[in-house]
Amino acid sequence: MLERTPPQFREVQEITMQTDTRDILAHATRQAESFEDYFLVDIDAHVTETSFWPEILESIDNEVIRQMGQAIAGRPGSGNVALLNAQPGILYQHAYGRIPHQQALLEKVDNKSVHHFVELARRSMDALGLDYQVVFPTPMLTLGMHPQDDIEAAVGAAYNKWLVERILPQDERLKGMIYLPFNTPEACVEEVNKYAGNKSVIGYSVVSTRNKPVHHNSYMKLYATMEETGKPFSFHSGFNWNDPSFLQLNRFISMHALSFVHYSLIHMTNWIINGIPERFPKLKVLWIESGLAWIPYLMQRLDHEYQMRTCEAPMLKKLPSDYMRDMFYTSQPLEKTNLKLLQATMEAFNADTQLLYASDWPHWDFDAPSSITTIPFLSDQAKRNILGLNAARLFNLDVKRMRPKARDVLAARPGVS
Amino acid sequence: MREVNIGPASEFADPGRKIVAFENFEVGVFKVGGAFYAYLNHCPHMGGPACQGKIIPKVDEVIAPDRTSKGFEFSKTQLNVVCPWHGFEFDIRTGKHAGHSKARLRPMKVRVESGDVVLTVPDAREQPVAEAAEA
Ligand code: FES
Repeated sequence: MLERTPPQFREVQEITMQTDTRDILAHATRQAESFEDYFLVDIDAHVTETSFWPEILESIDNEVIRQMGQAIAGRPGSGNVALLNAQPGILYQHAYGRIPHQQALLEKVDNKSVHHFVELARRSMDALGLDYQVVFPTPMLTLGMHPQDDIEAAVGAAYNKWLVERILPQDERLKGMIYLPFNTPEACVEEVNKYAGNKSVIGYSVVSTRNKPVHHNSYMKLYATMEETGKPFSFHSGFNWNDPSFLQLNRFISMHALSFVHYSLIHMTNWIINGIPERFPKLKVLWIESGLAWIPYLMQRLDHEYQMRTCEAPMLKKLPSDYMRDMFYTSQPLEKTNLKLLQATMEAFNADTQLLYASDWPHWDFDAPSSITTIPFLSDQAKRNILGLNAARLFNLDVKRMRPKARDVLAARPGVS
Repeated sequence: MREVNIGPASEFADPGRKIVAFENFEVGVFKVGGAFYAYLNHCPHMGGPACQGKIIPKVDEVIAPDRTSKGFEFSKTQLNVVCPWHGFEFDIRTGKHAGHSKARLRPMKVRVESGDVVLTVPDAREQPVAEAAEA
């Protein structure tokens, strides 16, 4: 019989909603030891803003809408959904409890010197090996479909105020792209002007889940204003099961797989065919969270038809795919099931210079930086570009090390290996 | 390789598990239907801690003889462990992904000897996992 010697091992526990972010991501930290000298920027991570919803309701400028929100929040069970149009009963992203970090991050936080969210974000940055992280909202990603434009504008502005005044000043590794309430173009211009000079605000974002054509004349002032500031403009995609076509899809997987890409396809098509890149040649545009496979698909579809129907897109001076190659894209959720197709995709839009790593943490389909470092056909320089240097160029970030060593992060968590 | 006594078999619930951590890797040891199974705690998807996830029966779809769907039910025979990073599900008895058999957990040797669970694991010097592999 084998002796029961003093244990040569430690026991680790099941990962639940209560598990510390650094323990959930310990394997990513171990992976980060292999790219310790890279500069790492995560363009798309998320705050679950509804965990701090009373703070955001408090930031609503209009006193009547603020009172409306707070009154709804006073109703049992409505505290974190007041004024929002998300459908909490069918938020299935966590695969019915199989992916606990998407359900909730209920870990213990003792550090009261910073906002609770800032501490959670620091843990994820340290564990994933990130120097900077750009923060986006979560349930507000569907706010573009809100039936009331004034509520979108009020809640969007309140979120921006909360992010810029309460969160970003607490950690220079955190950056923001402000929410543009796109259903009200004048309100967007106001938000851009308010924050254009703020160093922690590195760009502007529209949540793509909406039915407003991006080429409408009412947006030209907004594009001109953003172009003047020099900061990039991004489309952050999302899902919407209520789209009439998607009502045919009976499973979340089906709707989710198509919906993000659907909105990117529509907005990109309108953007190019109406010649917006020719009208705003200095406006830098970034497409967030649709993966990459849609890019060569749309390039081929548009190039094919454009050459036959040039009369319908007279603003264009080159092929639609050429305009798409001038734009920037984030990597997540990176489709990696066929490396040959991935390679062709990356070549199609010059990923070496146009692609930016995004984690999407803490969402269920997040990508660790190893999603890029393990791609066999990329050169070391391409990996460095995608993981941080392209972002530094686009957003004017100082390329300097901001994160602790992976080894030290692991050593500080004795409960895991 | 070395053998490590990880404690009495009677400490395991059925179904149940223990996840034991060594120098730079962990092993999930499972008990299902009276038998023991062990796997490296490293998901073939992105290297996540696959053995530390939820244990839950496989979901099946019931198809009637006329080929109409009668909806979902939990399997009475297959129990899965779910990687908590993104949800890959693995059959605890085989280590294979529930819907893509090429993706599988790396099995480790485990046996019960005189009432104790004995695991065979790589020596400290051996690196059992490279960087994340992709399924
Ligand atoms: S790493 Fe396990 S499911 Fe992705």
